[in-house]
Amino acid sequence: MGKEKIKINPEFYDIMPVEYQELVEEGTYGKEDRGWKDVGESKELIEEHSLCAGCPESIAFRYVLACLPAPEDTIMVGSTGCTSLVFPHVAVHNIHSLFGNQNAVASGLKRALSYRFPDKVKDVVVLAGDGATVDIGLDMTLQSWFRQEKFTTICFDNELYANTGGQSSGLMQKGFVAKMAPAGKKFDKVNLPEIAKVSGCHYVAKMTVSKPNRVEKAIRQAILIAREVGPTYIQLYTPCILEIGKQMMEGLQEMRDSEGPNKRFEFEEYISEEAKAYLETIDPKKKKKKAITA
Amino acid sequence: MDSKSLIGTYNKKGQKIVDPDYLFFEAPRERHFMTGSEVVREAIKRANVDVSIAYPITPQSEAAAMVGDLYVEGYVGEYFRGENEFAVMSECAGASFGGARVFTTTSGPGTLRAYENFPMWVGSRLPIMLNMMVRGVNSPLSIQPDTLEIGLIIDTGMLIWHAESAQEFFDFLLKGFLVAEEPDVHLPIAVCIDGFFVSHTKDDVLIPSADFVIPPYNPYRNPMPAMDMESPPVRMMRDPFVMKSNYISYATQASWQQETRAACERSRKHTIRLLGGLIEEDNSDAEILIVSSGTAVAQGREAKRLLAEEGIKVGIVKIKTIRPFPYEEVRQATKNAKIIFVPEFNVAGWMAREIKSTIPDNHRVIAGPHVAGGMTMPPEVIVTEIKKVLAKKKETVHG
Repeated sequence: MGKEKIKINPEFYDIMPVEYQELVEEGTYGKEDRGWKDVGESKELIEEHSLCAGCPESIAFRYVLACLPAPEDTIMVGSTGCTSLVFPHVAVHNIHSLFGNQNAVASGLKRALSYRFPDKVKDVVVLAGDGATVDIGLDMTLQSWFRQEKFTTICFDNELYANTGGQSSGLMQKGFVAKMAPAGKKFDKVNLPEIAKVSGCHYVAKMTVSKPNRVEKAIRQAILIAREVGPTYIQLYTPCILEIGKQMMEGLQEMRDSEGPNKRFEFEEYISEEAKAYLETIDPKKKKKKAITA
Repeated sequence: MDSKSLIGTYNKKGQKIVDPDYLFFEAPRERHFMTGSEVVREAIKRANVDVSIAYPITPQSEAAAMVGDLYVEGYVGEYFRGENEFAVMSECAGASFGGARVFTTTSGPGTLRAYENFPMWVGSRLPIMLNMMVRGVNSPLSIQPDTLEIGLIIDTGMLIWHAESAQEFFDFLLKGFLVAEEPDVHLPIAVCIDGFFVSHTKDDVLIPSADFVIPPYNPYRNPMPAMDMESPPVRMMRDPFVMKSNYISYATQASWQQETRAACERSRKHTIRLLGGLIEEDNSDAEILIVSSGTAVAQGREAKRLLAEEGIKVGIVKIKTIRPFPYEEVRQATKNAKIIFVPEFNVAGWMAREIKSTIPDNHRVIAGPHVAGGMTMPPEVIVTEIKKVLAKKKETVHG
């Protein structure tokens, strides 16, 4: 549908905010090959972010928005945390309701949309921090996967509670000294990607956001698989530079240092057999081949 | 799409969409003998519900499971069992944000587990229908009737109606959707009944044909945009979520809370029309009144009969809507009363508090009798209480 829903009545054009005019003129709703390379080239779907200067979460959020395959029919569900400061600036419908209930809200939302729009695809994407996904909301995260709810869960893993000031979280590394873990965290970083695989996710990826091409591919695949096959999960390392004592220019290096061989954010990807079969059906190269052989 | 324009057409199940007033006031009704749980099934069958999410807890489990049968039969669009009540109410929120008419049920500890969702539903203007079949929430474990949980949700901002009988329950469920979904209200509604007393006992209920349904919910008759990307998205959230520390954000938050409370008050005009008033009076010019809600009123009515046999005249005021509270109606109805008894099925006496804070000369209010934890309240208990107080106050009343 592209920009049909957002276009401005000419009578009111001049009184609309300039950001809205830009969204209509240069936004990428309906663009088939949208991706991270549009960032800086066209109007982004995040108007501005209100995170700390140099926060890797801000670029991660911009990549996610730039890589949604169909933002014109995507509804995002957030949770309380740093991301909830950005969501009010995001030009797709988005819901904040409570802390930790994001996968429950998304379950109800996706079911309602599938019922109300049986002939349309409405993508639901959850974006929440590691406290929301793994600690307070773990029950609902896992239950939505067990139930095979057809939406994508993205976790911005900064290994602590950033928005409340740097408290220990389940995804924090063992031994890390933080607020509420004054003698060092006593247990290992929760391995949610492994749990996701056995909980029914059809696509699981873990990475930093240092390589935008990789992020783009993961986001697209996760959302497409969620549409047709079942739940998908992406865990992105978005270090909280503030709380780990880094400068604002050091976020990228921190991510690079954490993604090498055997490091905790070494790239990992899992695709279920069902999802692989589905991806083959939509792979343009394979489609071409089929056409030739036929 | 205007819901009214759908009147005369048929829904997916093949039921005829009729004017709600026709269904409520004119359509022929048949007498049935059924439990409160079965009443839920019959009401939801006629309610064009899009999504219902269930979770087991006594005494609402049976009703919640029967809604599942309606889903299989095609009367309800989508249905599943959630993982706990907090999640269920969040799932209901998601479905309602997505523009669906949503129904769910809960009881006792489940209500409290879900609690965080209720003010969020209100602030997000989600017109979810919550049926509360109330029971004890205390420890040691009790599954018995107790109305304490109504008192605990009283200030969440939801509409709260309290049905006395199976018949009222049927009507409140259907009418509740209509009031909650009015654009100038658009708030969640809790329709409460006393667990077991209404949910599990059989009673006469007059119900119209299941060939008729109320019009579907129209999510575009909504003071907030439905979260379905069918309307323009730009720099906005569903709720006024301003976390910056400045005067404008404080004012936004404060005025939104005032607006949701005002929306609750605005429900009066719709409710009065559909329920025939927020209270029901019987002989309310008597000097001795029994004022309460739910099945405590039914027991009060029996006590009134027993006392009449002894020549003691008693009047009854039944409160149908706990929120909005019928302040003016209660003041008027109690203006001639010298003593006001408030029988309640809970230890706290929240209804007595409400009435005390509403009427002048509130020393007239006797907060009781109370029973709690599942104890029954035979009419004789009310009679004894009234006679005990009368003996003490004889001079005041008769002198």
